[in-house]
Amino acid sequence: MSEETTAPRVGVFVCHCGVNIGGVVDVPSVVEYSKTIPGVVYAEANLYTCSSDGLNKLKEAIKGHKLDRVVVASCTPRTHEPLFRATCEEAGINKYLFEMANIRDQCSWVHMHEPEKATEKAKDLVRMAVAKALLLEPQEEPEIEVEPSALIIGGGIAGMTAALSLAEQGFQVHLVEKQSELGGMLLRLDKLFPLDRDSLELLKPKIDAVKSNPNIRIHTTSMVKSAKGFIGNFEVEIESQKGEIERIRVGTIIVATGMASLEPVGLYNYGSDERIITQLQLEKILKTGGPEGVRTVVMIQCVGSRNEERPYCSRICCNEAVKNARLLKRSDRVRDVYILYRDLQAYGTRYSPLERIAKRQGVKMINYQQEKPPQVVSEKDAVVVKVFSPLLDEEMTVKADLLVLSTPLIPTEEAGGLSQTLKVPLGSDGFFMEAHVKLRPVDFPTGGIYVCGTAQGPKDIPESIAQAYAAASRAAIPMTLRKVRAEAITASVNEELCIRCGRCEEVCEFNAITVEVVESGKMTTRVNEILCKGCGVCSVTCPTGAITMRHFNNKQIYAMLEAVLRGH
Amino acid sequence: MVAEPKIIAFTCNWCSYAGADMAGTSRIQYPPNVRIIRLMCSGRIDPAFILMAFELGADGVLVSGCHPADCHYISGNEKAEIRVNSVKKILELFGLEPERLRLEWVSASEGGHFAETIRDFTEKLQKLEENPFKVKPVSGTIETTMEETFKTNIRYCLQCGACTSICPIARVDPRYSPRETVNRILTGPEEEIFSDQSI
Repeated sequence: MSEETTAPRVGVFVCHCGVNIGGVVDVPSVVEYSKTIPGVVYAEANLYTCSSDGLNKLKEAIKGHKLDRVVVASCTPRTHEPLFRATCEEAGINKYLFEMANIRDQCSWVHMHEPEKATEKAKDLVRMAVAKALLLEPQEEPEIEVEPSALIIGGGIAGMTAALSLAEQGFQVHLVEKQSELGGMLLRLDKLFPLDRDSLELLKPKIDAVKSNPNIRIHTTSMVKSAKGFIGNFEVEIESQKGEIERIRVGTIIVATGMASLEPVGLYNYGSDERIITQLQLEKILKTGGPEGVRTVVMIQCVGSRNEERPYCSRICCNEAVKNARLLKRSDRVRDVYILYRDLQAYGTRYSPLERIAKRQGVKMINYQQEKPPQVVSEKDAVVVKVFSPLLDEEMTVKADLLVLSTPLIPTEEAGGLSQTLKVPLGSDGFFMEAHVKLRPVDFPTGGIYVCGTAQGPKDIPESIAQAYAAASRAAIPMTLRKVRAEAITASVNEELCIRCGRCEEVCEFNAITVEVVESGKMTTRVNEILCKGCGVCSVTCPTGAITMRHFNNKQIYAMLEAVLRGH
Repeated sequence: MVAEPKIIAFTCNWCSYAGADMAGTSRIQYPPNVRIIRLMCSGRIDPAFILMAFELGADGVLVSGCHPADCHYISGNEKAEIRVNSVKKILELFGLEPERLRLEWVSASEGGHFAETIRDFTEKLQKLEENPFKVKPVSGTIETTMEETFKTNIRYCLQCGACTSICPIARVDPRYSPRETVNRILTGPEEEIFSDQSI
C-alpha cells in the first residue's frame, strides 16, 4: 500500500446548532480553517449535524471522501457522542475513531459577547480534536454473557416492586432483606399521604405477591457479605444472621436498601423528655389509636436538616407533618396543632391541596427563621415552645403536651460498607449516587448495578415505586439480550516495560488489574477489561510507563497540548 | 503582566466537564482563554501532562474533578490532589509560581462555580508575568541553557533520591540514574553533557 492510502483521512463537521453556535461563532470560517489542518481531507458546515439530514450527510461524506476518522464540532460528547458514534459505525468506521469538539456548551454559550474570541477558541478546539483524532485507534468492545438472574438488596417497597417486576418478566430474583420481615420503613408508618390509606393496605398485597412468586427467593435476616465479578456475572455471598453463607450467581444487582430516620439526640431537648418525639414515633402512636389526652401538639420542621451538616431537603417531612397534623385534628377537633416551619414544601399537584385542607381544619402554621430557631423548655405540666414569628415580628409561646420533631431521612449505617462491597459511589450526603442525575438516574457507573428508592436520596412512595420500575427495566435489558458489550476505554499493559511491581494493583479501586503468577517463577500483570472502568489511575501510578489507557493515551493528550499551545 | 493568560483545564468526564457544560446550558459567561481537555477521571492527571503544558507555554493549568467523596471512580480525585500538590513543588524547582497550577472541585451542577473559577484564575494569572518558558525556551546555545538551568532551583534536586530509588532503568544501567544525571549536569564539563548519549 502506498503512503497516501494509509495516511489518516479526517473529516470535520461543524454544526451551527441553529443560532446556538452559528449566532456567535463564525462557522464558515471554522470550516475553512479546518480544511487547512494537516490530516483533514474534508470539512463541511451543518445546520444541525444531529438531525437525520445531518447524519445522512455525515454518512455520505464518510463514504464519498473515504474518511477514516470523524470530528464533529458541536455540542457536548456527554449527550451526543453515542449518536455520532453509532452513525460512524453505520458508515463502516469503528466508533472509537470519532472525536468531538465542544464548541457550544464550552464556547458559543459561554462567550456570547465575544464572537471573535469564541471563533478563535472554536478553531483551537477543532485543532485539538483533530490532533487527537489522528492518533485514535479502533477498539474492540469485549462481549460478555449475561446470567438472567438478579439480586435485589432491600425488601422495602422499592426492592419488592423491582423484584416483582423482574420476576414477572421471567427472571430469577434473589431478594435480600436484613430484617426478619419484608416491608421496610412502611411497616413503621401509620397512614400514607396523600390518600390517608393504611400503609398495610399498600404493603400487604405486595408482600403476598412477592412471597407467592415462584421466581423470587427471599433471604430475610441476611446481608450481602461480598460481591465479585461484573455485569452479567456477579458472584455474591449472602450471609444470614446465624452466619450461614450462601453463594449465588447473578447477572444484575439492584440496590434498594432504603434509608434511616435521624434520631435528633440533643436537639430541642429530645431524649430528655418523653413528651418530645419524632414523626416516626408519632406514626407508631397513631397506629395504636393514640395519642391519648393530648390537647396541644407542636411540630418543628427541618430538625437537623437543611443545615451545614445536612444541607439537603428531605422532601417528605413537610407532607408527613401536614398529614399527621390533619389526622390529629380529625381524631380530636378541639386539639390545637401547630407546625413551625422554615419553608413549607407541599410540592406538586397532589400535595399542595392537602396543605390548604390542613389550614382549613385549623392547623396553625408558623414560619420561623433558621437564625432564630424555636426555644424549647421542659416544664412539669407542658413543653413550652417559644418561637419568633417574622410575620408578626414578635415571639409567640405555646404550651404543648406533645412536641413532634420532623427529622430528615439519612443514609443507612450499612450504606458505606455496601458501597465498598459493590464498588459503587456514595454522594457527599452519604446516599448512593447515580451515574448521571438526569441522563442515567437509576444506573451506577458500574455496569449491571442499579439503584432505586430512598437508598439514592429522600423521596416519597410513588417516586420510590416509579424508580423501582425504572431500575427493573434497566436491569432487564442486558438480561433479555443475554449479552452486553463493555466500554473499550480500559487499561492495557505492555509486558516488556512492566516490572510486576504491583503498584497498579494497589491503587485500582475495582480489582481490575492484578499481578499474577502464570507458571513457576513467571509473573504477568493482567487487566480484566470488564472490571476496568477506564479511570486511568493505574497508568499514572505505573513507574515504568507500561500502562496505556485506551482512547485517552498519553500520546493523544500530548498531541492535544501541542495542538493548542504550539498551534500545530 | 499578561492580558490573556492561556489556561489549560484538565477535567474529569463526570463532574467537572459536566460542570463546564452546565455553565454553558445556564449561559454563564467567563473569559475565553481556557481550553479544556477531557479525561475520564481527575486521577488520570499525569504530572507529565501538567509539566508539558507549562513547557509549551501555558500560563496556568487547572485540574478539576469531583468533590471529595463524589468521585465516580471512588478515590481518583484524592489521587489527583496528591499529584497536583507534588507537581506544585516541582514547579517551584523550575522557578515557576506554584499558583499557576490550580486544583478545583466542580460538580456537574456547579456551572457557576466553574465559570467563577476560570474568572478568578484568569485574574490571578494576569497579575503574574507571562510563563517564562513561553518567552525564552530553555533550548538554545550551551551558554544560555546553562544560565537558564542555574537560575532555577535545580540544585535542590540532589537532596532526596526518591526518584532514583524507584527508577527501574537506573537499576539496570546506573548511567540513567536521575540523581547521577543531575549531578553530571551541575558539575559539567558542559561539552561533555551536550554530547552525552544518556542525557
